[in-house]
Amino acid sequence: MAHAATAGRVPERGLDVYTQKVGMWVFLCSEVMFFAGLIGSYVVLRFGAADTWAEPGDVLNVPVTAFNTFLLICSSVTMVKAFAAAQEGDQRGIKLYLLLTTLLGATFLGVQVYEYIELVLHKSWQGSHGFTPAAGLYGATFFTMTGFHGFHVLLGVICLAWATIRAWRGHWGADNTHGIEVLGLYWHFVDLVWIILFTIVYLI
Amino acid sequence: MATIVAEATGQAILHEEHEQSFLRKYIFSTDHKVIAIQFLIYTLFFLMIGGLLAMLMRYQIAWPARGELPLGGIFPESMVASGYILPEFYNALVTMHGSVMVFLAIMPMLVGVWANYLIPLQLGTHDMAFPRLNMLSFWAMVPAGILTLASFFVVGGAAGAGWTLYAPLSARPDLTGVGLGQIMWLAALVFIGLSSILGSVNYITTTINMRAPGMTWMRMPLTIWSLFITAILALLAMPVLSAAGIMLIFDQTIGTSFFLPEGGGQPLLWQHLFWFFGHPEVYILILPAMGFTSEILSVGSRKPVFGYKAMVLALVSIAFLGFIVWGHHMFQSGMNPMLGLTFTVSTLFIAVPSAIKTFNWMGTMWRGNLQLHSAMLFAIGFVAMFAIGGLSGVFMASTPVDIYIHDTYFIVAHIHYVLFGGSLFALFGAIYFWYPKMFGRMMDETMGKIHFWLTFILFNVVFFPMHGVGMVGMMRRIYDSTGYAHLQGIEDTNAIITWAAFGLFASGFLFAFNFFWSLKKGRKAEANPWNATTLEWQTPSPPKHGNWEEIPVVYHGPHEYSHPDVEDKDWLAQNERPDVVSPAAGSH
Repeated sequence: MAHAATAGRVPERGLDVYTQKVGMWVFLCSEVMFFAGLIGSYVVLRFGAADTWAEPGDVLNVPVTAFNTFLLICSSVTMVKAFAAAQEGDQRGIKLYLLLTTLLGATFLGVQVYEYIELVLHKSWQGSHGFTPAAGLYGATFFTMTGFHGFHVLLGVICLAWATIRAWRGHWGADNTHGIEVLGLYWHFVDLVWIILFTIVYLI
Repeated sequence: MATIVAEATGQAILHEEHEQSFLRKYIFSTDHKVIAIQFLIYTLFFLMIGGLLAMLMRYQIAWPARGELPLGGIFPESMVASGYILPEFYNALVTMHGSVMVFLAIMPMLVGVWANYLIPLQLGTHDMAFPRLNMLSFWAMVPAGILTLASFFVVGGAAGAGWTLYAPLSARPDLTGVGLGQIMWLAALVFIGLSSILGSVNYITTTINMRAPGMTWMRMPLTIWSLFITAILALLAMPVLSAAGIMLIFDQTIGTSFFLPEGGGQPLLWQHLFWFFGHPEVYILILPAMGFTSEILSVGSRKPVFGYKAMVLALVSIAFLGFIVWGHHMFQSGMNPMLGLTFTVSTLFIAVPSAIKTFNWMGTMWRGNLQLHSAMLFAIGFVAMFAIGGLSGVFMASTPVDIYIHDTYFIVAHIHYVLFGGSLFALFGAIYFWYPKMFGRMMDETMGKIHFWLTFILFNVVFFPMHGVGMVGMMRRIYDSTGYAHLQGIEDTNAIITWAAFGLFASGFLFAFNFFWSLKKGRKAEANPWNATTLEWQTPSPPKHGNWEEIPVVYHGPHEYSHPDVEDKDWLAQNERPDVVSPAAGSH
């Protein structure tokens, strides 16, 4: 049939970026608005009710989460390394760095689950037994924002695990880097959101 | 880049054609045309459901003391007791009529159906950028529909806090008596948001990166422009609603108090979040309709669209302004009056691009060779009704006037002039217009014209008097208006409106009959029954899987009708080679 002719025709010039990457950028725009909705609400609620907020460190375990933040930043670095390895066709590097990224992401989640359990079981705030989503606006905004961020990390870890399995099957290489790059965009976004959340929830 | 596109959409799809099972071809299809038809059936069904809810409401408004609801016995006791619609059920009717029409009928019909169908065909590509995401965007709508329908039959009934879900009314079950139903509706909303976002990612990416060679931005048909801009609006507005909806679900289920003042929360925050989504949503609901109208008017007048560039700029500016006017829904909420003034001014600005579009549509028709088929009639109807709806919108934008008419039937009249007289008229037009391309047969013209005149006349009988009813002061969600001194004397008007509404609903069945009858018995359609220029008409009707054996090359703008240099016909297809016309004309 006419496939050859079709394949030979170059589409009208778009963004000069391959389609999956454009798609991910567009999707991330919508994610920005999702977190903007949550964070904006947090700002409005917090400044509308200044006296119901705890001082940083009163309830939350800031050092543990600071360590967790460090892990997530490291995972962004290994993600970049994985993409660089893919571009060079370095199979061993692809496997190593994808696996590292997955493990760092999973560890972040594990620490977050530990943090939640500690808060719910052993902390108390404003007389409530256990620091839960029902513990005032402070608890509500904390668990909603960090919870949805954690959900995004979970999705990322699942995709990373899948990419790692594919790495062992030799799927990636210098001629096949797009999947890693697109997944990396998502992962860096999740990382960036966390840095904002860590600042406004734990430090300020 | 070219190889990726071809690999992703072209060759793979064309090869698959012969191997697909029934399930892959019609149910879990990744073909944008099949997905569009799935959306069409889905939305027509919910259009009927939404209409049915409205009919029940109209019965109650016209004859609140009569009881005797026809077929009232088929409803459970919790909804209709001895022929009387119960107040709680009326609340659910008001809420779910609005919600179903906006989220499950009109919005997916405008975007889910036509963006899916037209973007790849009018841009000249094999399919969407991400066919599987596209499939997911339809299937995310299915749980939304099921949750919505099921919510009527759970304890407490369906959501009853109005489609705007104002907190704390929507957040506390003890205020409305609705618990689970409200949560189910919010969960449905999250699925709708997901569907809408996935769809938008697809539409935007496809439009940016997959246009046929020669299809420059300024050669895109106005339908594509409007759907592209709409997708951007949905992409940026829907996630905010999802975030707000999730917070509201938490207020109901796990004891948070984002929007509950007794827990320190702010009801006004809900209104800001909802309308930050809600006002762009209004333009999501009208911009595609404007696109279809531009297209149909140009084809039906045998003239290029008057002021193509102005039309594009007007679309873009409406979309931009749409994000900074949400406060005009909240003049009565107690926010700072200075803020109200800002929102008044920014809202009035929208009248400018809207007027540009209206005058350009008239300019398009002016001294054209008008072909008054059903699609064209509905498109002209759209312009007329949109003008009325747009003008009453200017009333509301002005704070002093809005304080007087706020929450009355004047608002109901306005929203229906833009959403029914606007969006739905254009949608009917679009269905008559693209039906031959979708199904390979024409819809019946006689039935179509009867449908148009019935709809046009009855629509105005239903909604025009509502302006007056609202000015008198009838509240828009009132269960029984007969007990108020200031509302004495409008009973007859309300009864007339109700009778006309019944007729309007019935005329929908004429359309439905025409739709399904024409599938089998309609006249066979040729590839280009309207002598139209855009790319979708240059393929067979219906187009094959994969749309094109060879990607077309585009040489002309989208609306080359009655071109002075073309002698044997009055149109010039976008992909016709320029050597059929003189060089001067080809350099458009």
